[in-house]
Amino acid sequence: TVLTQFRSKPYRNKRLSNAATMSLSAKEKNIVRDFFKKVSSRSEEVGTEALSRMLTVYPQTKSYFAHWKDLSPGSPPVRKHGITIMGGVYDAVSKVDDLVGGLLTLSELHAFMLRIDPVNFKILSHCMLVVLSMLFPEDFTPQVHLAVDKFLALLALALAEKYR
Amino acid sequence: KKVQIGVRAPWKGIFGKAAILKVLIVYPWTQRHFGTFGEFPNDDTIIGNAKVIAHGKVVLRSLDKAVKNMDNIMGVYTSLSRYHCEVLRVDPENFRLLADCIIVSIGSKNSSDLTPHVQATWHKFLSAVVEAMGSQYSNRA
Repeated sequence: TVLTQFRSKPYRNKRLSNAATMSLSAKEKNIVRDFFKKVSSRSEEVGTEALSRMLTVYPQTKSYFAHWKDLSPGSPPVRKHGITIMGGVYDAVSKVDDLVGGLLTLSELHAFMLRIDPVNFKILSHCMLVVLSMLFPEDFTPQVHLAVDKFLALLALALAEKYR
Repeated sequence: KKVQIGVRAPWKGIFGKAAILKVLIVYPWTQRHFGTFGEFPNDDTIIGNAKVIAHGKVVLRSLDKAVKNMDNIMGVYTSLSRYHCEVLRVDPENFRLLADCIIVSIGSKNSSDLTPHVQATWHKFLSAVVEAMGSQYSNRA
């Protein structure tokens, strides 16, 4: 019937979730810095895996990479871009005290040139969390998960700063 | 049936242009599909752009078809979904943004008609449309 069709998966306004007023405590910033120091030896792997998973699990994200020849998991363009993204993440870690100010240029790049819909930042963040939990099972405690999730959300917010 | 009547009542078809302009102005990154950066320095250039106007009309025509075929919205949008996915490479989030703007546009043009209940009806209808437009994306190899 018409009603059962409508009842399935109404689109939820994801843009309104995730309080914009939350911020990282000093303790959480230290957790983020320490954890990413541990991750640094495998950061290329993290970036490649996260991106590969995003493209596979959320195929609509492929729409932004029409110019790549190979979108399969672990392919050369995916690997290369994974490194770029992790470079950005580490840059953000070093600027965790002022993400908005520190990521201004990156935000302008995403806002005016790339124009990626900000909903995708959340998707990639989620994929990163999955990969981090898989590659660092002992270090990725619930407290670390919490701090990193908040950090990535704030990173996404800083990236979206210049959008409008 | 109530859902179907609710959707058909305020359907005047005038807000298609308003909705697409809104989405391009309120969510400026959506302009990426209509031109290179810098091509729309102000709202007037967006309003005058032929591609934008044409797309507004196309969206409206498809919504009209969906209203007339509410029992098979998936079917109405299958080929359009594939086209947006494989050829146009549009992030399906854009469909959600446009749906939001359509509802806002209906509200501004038909403020007396858009009661909470009618808004809920429109939201349900457009949710189905948005889902149908995104349906072919998961099938991509």
